[in-house]
Amino acid sequence: MTPETLSRLQAAIEAKTPVALCTRLSDGAQLLFPEDEAEPGLATAAEAALAADKAANHEGWFIHPHNPPLRLFIVGAVHAGQAILPMAAALGYAVTVIDPRSAFATEERLPGVDINHEWPDDAMAQLKPDTRTAIVTLTHDPKIDDPALDAALRSQAFYIGALGSTRTHAKRVARLQEMGHGEDAVARIHAPVGLDIRAVTAPEIALSIMAEIVAVRRGSRLASR
Amino acid sequence: MSEDILSVAAGWRDAGEAVAIATVVETWGSSPRPPGSRFAVSESGRMAGSVSGGCIEGAVADVARRTMQDGKPQLLDFGISDEMAWEVGLACGGKLKVFVEKLG
Repeated sequence: MTPETLSRLQAAIEAKTPVALCTRLSDGAQLLFPEDEAEPGLATAAEAALAADKAANHEGWFIHPHNPPLRLFIVGAVHAGQAILPMAAALGYAVTVIDPRSAFATEERLPGVDINHEWPDDAMAQLKPDTRTAIVTLTHDPKIDDPALDAALRSQAFYIGALGSTRTHAKRVARLQEMGHGEDAVARIHAPVGLDIRAVTAPEIALSIMAEIVAVRRGSRLASR
Repeated sequence: MSEDILSVAAGWRDAGEAVAIATVVETWGSSPRPPGSRFAVSESGRMAGSVSGGCIEGAVADVARRTMQDGKPQLLDFGISDEMAWEVGLACGGKLKVFVEKLG
């Protein structure tokens, strides 16, 4: 890899611009898609590799997609949310904590994390969740969780989870349906949140939530309920 | 890809070391690391990342040392058959191709 290719690749990663490093395996020649010109077949394959977030081979070229990190929005700067932070970082997620209650969402409780103090509907409008975003609500407070879930259901987020017992969730579903969300829509919400590992402590709850997010992302049978 | 081996390797290079990067480019069967997985080696012997469960990293590191000297990229096959030059096998029975290049 030439110094020029390396620095351009690093610049794209830093700028969170999706880019595919294409390497001709016979001689090591490289180009960056879509910045550099690629023949149509290679360009199509590189586009597909970026969309699938999966490396691919095309007529002697190795295509290595570099997408921006997956995002995780945590609604509620509660204890379990704090415990999620180091795990999410290790798993490659860029985390934003959304909590309008300034007593909870402090720099001291959430060192080095993006904090958004807006109400969740405004925060979601700013942050624009997409197919590479997971959203978890943790506050138990309908004033905060409901607008977050309302926005989440109107997005393409690949994972939506809500903390709360089965009974709490049934009431929540009724409220979301009153807001106009159909049965299929509310069925997207994973609740009670997380894989059933009988989690008790905050780190255990964090583990069960992150495990479920990974299971959904990777298409594991554990993801279906 | 969550593991940022590239920036670790670039950091070694910026510190003045020669560095080579190995990347899994194709797998068959039960290879433990998917295509795109990276393993970096520096001339002083620093290593980061992986291209297998630890079965072939030693052999890849030997090639990486040559590549960082002569600058020639290499495409390596592992687990194909005994006739191949690379006799380090994978206990899991998988096969894979690894591309080794000098960084920068």
